[in-house]
Amino acid sequence: MDAHKDYYNLIITGVGGQGNVLVSQLLGQAFVNKGFFTTIGETYGASQRGGSVMSHLRFSKKKQLSPLIPKGKADIVVALEPVEALRVLTYYGNDNTIVFCNTRPIYPIDVISGDETYPEFAEIEKFLAHLAKKIFYIPATERAMEMGHPILGNMIIIGALLTAQILPLTLEEFQETLTANFTGSRLEINIRALKEGEKLISS
Amino acid sequence: MSIIDLDAPGKELLLMGNEAIARGALEAGVKVAAAYPGTPSTDIIENLAAVAKSRGLYVEWSINEKVALEVAAAASFSGLRALCAMKQNGLNVAADFLLTLNLVGVKGGLVLVVCDDPSSHSSNNEQDSRPYAKMADLPLLEPSTFQEAKDMTKWAFALSEETGVVCLLRGVTRTSHARGNVVLGELPRNGQKAFFDKSKQWLTAPVLPKHNQLHLNLDRLEEIFAQSSFNQYLGPENPSLLIITCGSGWLYSQEAVELMGLEKRVGILKIGTSWPLPTKTIIENLKRCEQHLIVEEVDSFLEGNVKEIAAQFSKEIGPKIFYGKKSGHIPYFGEMNVDRVTDALGKIFKIDYQARHDQYETRVKNLPKNLLPSRVLGFCPGCPHRASFWTIKNVLQLDNRQGFLTYDIGCYALGRGPAGYSLLRVGGAMGTGTGLVSGFGKLAQHGFTQPAVAMCGDSTFFHAAMPALANACYNQANMVMIILDNSATAMTGFQPHPGVGKNAMGEEVKPISIEEVCRAFGAKVEITDPFDLQGTKEKLLRALADPIGPKVLIMRRPCAMIKLKEEKPPYKVRVAIEKCIGEECGCNRLCTRIFKCPGLMWDKKTGQAKIDEVICIGCGVCADICPEKAIIKEENK
Repeated sequence: MDAHKDYYNLIITGVGGQGNVLVSQLLGQAFVNKGFFTTIGETYGASQRGGSVMSHLRFSKKKQLSPLIPKGKADIVVALEPVEALRVLTYYGNDNTIVFCNTRPIYPIDVISGDETYPEFAEIEKFLAHLAKKIFYIPATERAMEMGHPILGNMIIIGALLTAQILPLTLEEFQETLTANFTGSRLEINIRALKEGEKLISS
Repeated sequence: MSIIDLDAPGKELLLMGNEAIARGALEAGVKVAAAYPGTPSTDIIENLAAVAKSRGLYVEWSINEKVALEVAAAASFSGLRALCAMKQNGLNVAADFLLTLNLVGVKGGLVLVVCDDPSSHSSNNEQDSRPYAKMADLPLLEPSTFQEAKDMTKWAFALSEETGVVCLLRGVTRTSHARGNVVLGELPRNGQKAFFDKSKQWLTAPVLPKHNQLHLNLDRLEEIFAQSSFNQYLGPENPSLLIITCGSGWLYSQEAVELMGLEKRVGILKIGTSWPLPTKTIIENLKRCEQHLIVEEVDSFLEGNVKEIAAQFSKEIGPKIFYGKKSGHIPYFGEMNVDRVTDALGKIFKIDYQARHDQYETRVKNLPKNLLPSRVLGFCPGCPHRASFWTIKNVLQLDNRQGFLTYDIGCYALGRGPAGYSLLRVGGAMGTGTGLVSGFGKLAQHGFTQPAVAMCGDSTFFHAAMPALANACYNQANMVMIILDNSATAMTGFQPHPGVGKNAMGEEVKPISIEEVCRAFGAKVEITDPFDLQGTKEKLLRALADPIGPKVLIMRRPCAMIKLKEEKPPYKVRVAIEKCIGEECGCNRLCTRIFKCPGLMWDKKTGQAKIDEVICIGCGVCADICPEKAIIKEENK
């Protein structure tokens, strides 16, 4: 992706309870601090209740963009849940979309009950490859569990995203925003999670 | 924590629309704010409550929207600036007083913020609240950006004071629950003493002269609005199409025009003052061209009002073509977005706009059917409602008289779907479940024999179900009311209510006992812990068997999300693989097929149940439903 284009459309998707809204807000703040017009459209009602949750983040040097990304205009999709990556691409993806995909599924209740099926991971990989330019698979939840809490998966995947240098924001700049918002052990563990994401993409 | 009282004029922050509204109110010197929680409006009061102490405000969660408006009006009558916030359904509750208050008038600036929920993301309807402004002859503002949300709110207070009426401000989900750049203004320093001047009467009477006065006031507002920079035109002097838009439509329209490269042919008139429409501004802009497209969500409020002006001044401006909802270019339902505007522009200009090339669309179309499992909303892991619905389902089956449930609003309304075995049959407004069973409970003389059971939340109980229960008691309806008391207004984010013992500003208050209220009305009351499956079953069976009068069963257990914030999971839960007999068990996967907790899955490879350790919060209820006792709960030390 052209690192100098004048606006960026990013979608962070997942399932209620994965900390989607919080990372969106922190990323948005970091971009405002860098002098960007930032717009975030958030899906709220479904949070915590197992529904698909999507945040649209839009950064522009020129003007305030609308809170919903138009069809086919996502530059980057960060998916905290694999099936949600595919779901988002079907409407917002294009040939140049770059995807950061958490590898750990969260099963919908209709899958748990046996009324629907969850696709095999290989199938998800196959179709993601049809619909995106590049896909980074990040075992974010697994690493977060090793660190003590699955919610840290959100910070791990953002660490990976910023390390890939496709957005005009560095890991260090984002860390400053974290420092302004968290203190003590919460700050420390979130920064560790970011670094974990950095490692995953550098290795 | 809230950042809305940052004393840093000129600083640019990322604010949610609702935070911007709260900030605007602070900049206007608001002194009192009241609301009942309702998505997408809730954060306005939450933010003001967070700074209440430091800014010297009084902020409350009222028991319903009508009372909230009355509380705010009292401050206004005493000369203070006050704000009242609600979601669209809430305005229906407050409307009785609003359509009195319009005639009565106000003293201190009084702003009523109503946040609509187009596409019904978190609502039971898709109501457009704007016609209330027209009905009540009151001014209505609609912000299009986050900066405007703040600036307009501030202005609304001044406007209300200047014209002596309530000023309405309408947000929508995509302004209230979206975030964007906002440059802060000054915060006022000095306070004001509240005083009610009893030498004056605040009455609706005499009604006719006062009604007339409201219309004269609208004329004055039109003059003010004609000068407002919240109405602006962007585009060429003489476009071939004029988009007229308001609220969220402004940003969507600009992007759609750019995407289609129509900047030289399309102009956009943005209206921020939606009622009364500034006639002069509309006429001047209608003269720019013949064709017009109206972009707004949800109803054709702006469209109808613009057409009214066009008809009235047809001689002066000539014949016009209007595209919008009536012409079928913009749908009458669902929220607005860029794609809807590009569709409409494509039809008007006969441009075949494609967001993506054909090959990509074909790849999307060729994805296997059922590749993407749907995500129906369900109860959270550990939610007490799952256990409540489990027992109710079993009891209604045991009772075997075709019993059914009525309902209101709240998380438990997800019981309409598979999460609650689709047990909820009718209801949907606040307090309605109880009002309905009060009616069903009087149909015995017409041969009605089914048990009708109302479901109600604890916050809803205080909001609107109390009068319905009083009605059932007074009229001796044979009914059962189940109050799911999870100690919070959980659906909107755990706001306290009168039963909780805490107010909006976090102060301890004496809780109002739901059971004492029900008993005082004359209902027979029992209380149960929904996680005690056997005990709850017995109590509910008993209530259904009792043929006389109203019975209330309170199923009490705090929301799992609050507990999660406060304490460690009570149990460590696992499946004993030597005990789970899998598909061979006569239970036919009772635990996953029926119970449907997101923390408990069916492992296809082993053919056994399995705990998802990422999701499970250790409530332990599933251990009690497994017939083979194969799910083991061990106390967390």
